[in-house]
Amino acid sequence: MHEMSIAASMLEAVQAESVQRGAHVLAVGVKIGALSGVDSESLRFCFDALVRDTDLAPLSLEVESLPWRHRCRQCAREFPVEDYHTECPQCGSPETEMAGGNELEFAYMEIEET
Amino acid sequence: MTRVPLERKVLSENDRLAAELRQGFLQHGTLCVNLISSPGSGKTMLLERTLAAFEPDRRVAVLTGDIQTDNDAQRLARYGFPVRQITTGGACHLDARMVEKALEEWRPAPIDVLFVENVGNLVCPSSYDLGEEARVVLLSVTEGEDKPLKYPATFHRADLVVLNKIDLLPYVPFRMDLAREYIRRVQPDAEIVEVSCTTGAGLDAWRQWIEARYAARAADLSSVPSSGNGNS
Repeated sequence: MHEMSIAASMLEAVQAESVQRGAHVLAVGVKIGALSGVDSESLRFCFDALVRDTDLAPLSLEVESLPWRHRCRQCAREFPVEDYHTECPQCGSPETEMAGGNELEFAYMEIEET
Repeated sequence: MTRVPLERKVLSENDRLAAELRQGFLQHGTLCVNLISSPGSGKTMLLERTLAAFEPDRRVAVLTGDIQTDNDAQRLARYGFPVRQITTGGACHLDARMVEKALEEWRPAPIDVLFVENVGNLVCPSSYDLGEEARVVLLSVTEGEDKPLKYPATFHRADLVVLNKIDLLPYVPFRMDLAREYIRRVQPDAEIVEVSCTTGAGLDAWRQWIEARYAARAADLSSVPSSGNGNS
């Protein structure tokens, strides 16, 4: 359960952006990969619990979930990994590498100039 | 209302500190190994066996993380190498700030190999870069061979998977072939060693892995510009 620490890091970053831009932040968008180790629902729960007692409230969290993706080292095909099948669906090669799914990134903020 | 792009990692502050730590380790020729596993997989026992086999003058140190108690530091201190406990007081993982703070307060003499024993947990430590050169995940045969599939975020970032407690294989329904297959699916590039910290089986392969990584680190060091330009 490290989503609380992650939610706290997010609020720190949003607070800093808010001050720096002199703007009120209404929403923050994040990308969460399937292999990021972060559970979106748990993150949302922690985020809402923490934001409530700050001057950032109300602040909404918008999560974009990204799939686990691999790229074939032989034929360069990119594909989503389903049921842990990491072999290339095009050429059958087992030599594939990660091409997405690790993300734990901010994407955007919705702001209102104050 | 305006939408502005904000393209950076959520844990960018952790990543920034981790990058500083990594740079420091590189400059000092330190191999930093982050050890991750569920509670009770044998991280501390593996470290005990590992420390016991080093020559006394080898520059080895351990940072060990737990939510409470310094039991692990006490166990590890018996081997004569510098050991420091990080007590997280509740946090389920170590982060780069905790490692940086511990190293600042501790200031151990130059280290060749620094082991960081993470808090026992197969989920939370995976998100936090500690500036390590190598990430090692332990899996003991009493836990079941499907752990790599259940905790892919952790196994997917492993440079080495240590399959521990193989002396217990006759007594548990653990299929080594499946374990290896599951690790390969989640992290095709991971190396795998099978060990028993009780009998000592396989520990030579583990030590060789450390020495090979250390030798590679020393080779990196020789390619780093000398520190003559100081803090500039």
